[in-house]
Amino acid sequence: MAEQQASTYEQLPPNPETATLDGRNKYLGFWFFLGGETVLFGSLIGTYLGLRAGTADGPGPADLFHLDLVFIMTMILLTSSLTSVMAIINMKRGSHKKLLGWMWGTVILGAAFLGFEIYEFYDYYQQGLGFGTSAFSSAFYALVGTHGAHVLFGILWISTLLIRYRNSGITLTNAPKFNTAVLYWHFIDVVWVFIFTVVYLLGIGG
Amino acid sequence: MSEHVDPTAPLQGEPSKSTERKLRKEARVQIVSYFLMIFMTSLAFFSIASDAVDSSFAIPFIVIVGAVQVVMQLYVFMHMGEKGTGWINTMIWSGILIAALTVGALMFLIGIVKY
Repeated sequence: MAEQQASTYEQLPPNPETATLDGRNKYLGFWFFLGGETVLFGSLIGTYLGLRAGTADGPGPADLFHLDLVFIMTMILLTSSLTSVMAIINMKRGSHKKLLGWMWGTVILGAAFLGFEIYEFYDYYQQGLGFGTSAFSSAFYALVGTHGAHVLFGILWISTLLIRYRNSGITLTNAPKFNTAVLYWHFIDVVWVFIFTVVYLLGIGG
Repeated sequence: MSEHVDPTAPLQGEPSKSTERKLRKEARVQIVSYFLMIFMTSLAFFSIASDAVDSSFAIPFIVIVGAVQVVMQLYVFMHMGEKGTGWINTMIWSGILIAALTVGALMFLIGIVKY
């Protein structure tokens, strides 16, 4: 543990995640990445909307989707977004313990979401929806699967941060890292809200 | 900030009074908007899951609710409305613009061709 103090002031910096040039660069660069991610998901959603009617005599959206299960998944992911917001608020308060606690909560909720999604895919597969069954099935698995892969990556990323910084305290080095991981997590949630509407609700209703 | 700051040393001290006030207010805003989002998601869910709402109304309705939720997430949870976020807004909105064009183009191009 370093002997020096990070700040000569008695007070914490109001925004430790952007207090250094390194932190500001991470913040800006990460949003650039998120702009690109938006286009990635845009192209997958567009492909899905173009192909969703092509079920090729296989099962279609209305035969398959469990709207109640997906609704619970949406609630879980929304709640995990709130817990990660609380983590950042506590980081700005200087409470390392609460930061870690809320972040672990986020990881657990994310894992629950992923578990439901794996069950969902398994169930669809059992009902005869393979990846190559129809244009609809390929587009569906590619879109929702890419989102699921993002959730998995987010869980691994946040867990790595939590294990690495388990007793380092909040520093000007790790504050930007936690903040970036939380932004990523919110972005996953944003995309899911859209998938919930465009894939599941429209799949049942339209 | 002084010149010789060790960025790996744990930060010490308390947040200033004004920061603490701001954080408390922010926590309230976040929790309220969380419940608002839960409410909107439930509304969209029930407008599709129940037969009470006609689907010619429900479909544009849920798309609008979804779009509102996305914007709320960006500006509340991800703090895109704060000062000094000009570049961030530029990046994400140009991303959304290209994504919207892509969705439109793919929907109509692939959708019309008989596969």
